[in-house]
Amino acid sequence: MAQSPPAVAIRHLVKAYRRGGQVVPVLSDINLDIAAGEFVALMGPSGSGKSTLLNLIAGIDRPDSGELRVGGTDIMGLDEAELADWRARNVGFIFQFYNLMPVLTAFENVELPLLLTGLGARERRERVGIALSMVGLADRMEHYPSELSGGQQQRVAIARAIISDPAILVADEPTGDLDRVSAEDILGLMERMNRELGKTIIMVTHDPAAAQRARVLKHLDKGSLVD
Amino acid sequence: MHLLKLILRNALRHKLRTLLTVLGLLVAILSFGLLQTVVDAWYSGANNAAPDRLVTRSSVSLVVPLPVHYRDKIRAVDGVRSVAAANWFAGVYQEPKNFFPQFAIDPLPYLAMYPEYRIPADQLLDFLRDRKGAVVGRKLADTYGFRVGDTVPLKGTIFSGNWEFVVRAIYDGATPRTDTSQFFFHWDYLNESARQRAPQRADQVGVFVVQVTDVARAAEVSRAVDAQFANSAAETLTETEQAFQIGFVKQTEAIVIAIRIVSFVVIFIILAVMANTMAMTARERMAEYATLKALGFGPGFLGSLIFGESLAIAAAGALLGVALTFPVADWFARQMGTLFPVFEVSAATVQLQLACAAVVGVAAAVLPALRATRVRIVDGLRAVG
Repeated sequence: MAQSPPAVAIRHLVKAYRRGGQVVPVLSDINLDIAAGEFVALMGPSGSGKSTLLNLIAGIDRPDSGELRVGGTDIMGLDEAELADWRARNVGFIFQFYNLMPVLTAFENVELPLLLTGLGARERRERVGIALSMVGLADRMEHYPSELSGGQQQRVAIARAIISDPAILVADEPTGDLDRVSAEDILGLMERMNRELGKTIIMVTHDPAAAQRARVLKHLDKGSLVD
Repeated sequence: MHLLKLILRNALRHKLRTLLTVLGLLVAILSFGLLQTVVDAWYSGANNAAPDRLVTRSSVSLVVPLPVHYRDKIRAVDGVRSVAAANWFAGVYQEPKNFFPQFAIDPLPYLAMYPEYRIPADQLLDFLRDRKGAVVGRKLADTYGFRVGDTVPLKGTIFSGNWEFVVRAIYDGATPRTDTSQFFFHWDYLNESARQRAPQRADQVGVFVVQVTDVARAAEVSRAVDAQFANSAAETLTETEQAFQIGFVKQTEAIVIAIRIVSFVVIFIILAVMANTMAMTARERMAEYATLKALGFGPGFLGSLIFGESLAIAAAGALLGVALTFPVADWFARQMGTLFPVFEVSAATVQLQLACAAVVGVAAAVLPALRATRVRIVDGLRAVG
């Protein structure tokens, strides 16, 4: 039986930032394969490059050199418009501070990515209803983010991340702004997305308890993968 | 639809800030409209001039009179249909601040040349029969409460002494832009009185208003009239009524230019205020724009959001400003009395107001939109609102 290609394939990836006249290396010679359907936690101290690696995989930042294939696509070869289109179809984002639009209701926030798909209003409504039900917020559709708790806002963000059925979810410190109970709730939800929907999840976290919920742990230190 | 919803909700997100910006725009657009209307009022005489009317005056200066016998010579020039004498009287009604234009005229030919002054036939007859009679415009009559039969005393300045006229007719304008702030009386009455009071001023005319038979021949007739009096003691300068009126405005052109400059300075100031508001708004929302970009929304969507919000605020201020311009201009015109014979907000002024608001709306959004569309997603996500 043929082996399915990895969801993420990284070879000799290098990334540096320029601050003033100085070049600050962030990632050096990263090699990493992430299998489809995997739940990976990226850990490491501050400044180790884990968020940068996540951003590169998600296509919101560009590496300096190396190879980066996500879902079989060489995303380094895509121009800005193609990359935006690719992200809309393939990546769901979960941010530490939820990043919901404060002027939109939970329903409208979740509906946002579908506006790029050309789906009709009825189909969008059905899909948003299902996504919000999956995260347990079917009764809070008309609430604005300011009317929801942090945990509830993150659940709305997860519904938004899965609404266009992307293969990969990227989560940057998804529980970093939550209390323990809400964090457990969110991690449980992410586990469900991984287990029941087969989403590949790549999560950056400082929290060892959160990392324990992933099936694969990767550590970064000073821009290199250490295991 | 979603874009519009997002634009409107964003615009109302900081209600006080939006309200203050809209108020600022309202005041700017209103001020701009009023100042433009003042400029229009300045030029109203020129704008209302008829192409078939010429004005003949002394080539030396407007204050130098012409002999009355020129009237017959001008009438004899080929292409002239009619001639009427007119003298600026400059009388004071009660006190100097009560200014309104007064002219001693040859009644029949003069009024026939101005069909835009609508006078009831019976009142016109009464005026023609009474050598001390006067015709007053509706605006003037309303301002000072003149009614037919009233006696109007004027204290002469050029023609000294106390003068009394009886209002025999009130004329209306053919259009709202017709000047109805004037006061006309018989040139013969002025001349007869001048013979007794100041003989040196008798038989002299300020200007002759000349009507031509063919508008296309106006320049030719002007030259022919002036040629009649070339090398005489009182040479003439004949020009179209419009050129004559513009000549008046040119004497105060510096004021008009200053008003124009101020009106655009007001717009520039509100542009700076609006640009600052939009820059502040965009800076606060940088993380949201970065999130939208991460989700796959392109620069066009972000640009539409920012331009849309800026234009929505500008439109609100502009519409309120334009709507208020009319009642405020009416109030201003009433306060000014007959100082501005015509004080009407023109369609061109409204168009200019809307165009300025559109320019402000677009220009204020350019830099914030560029910044939002160019910001790297990772930098934008780090931004704290």
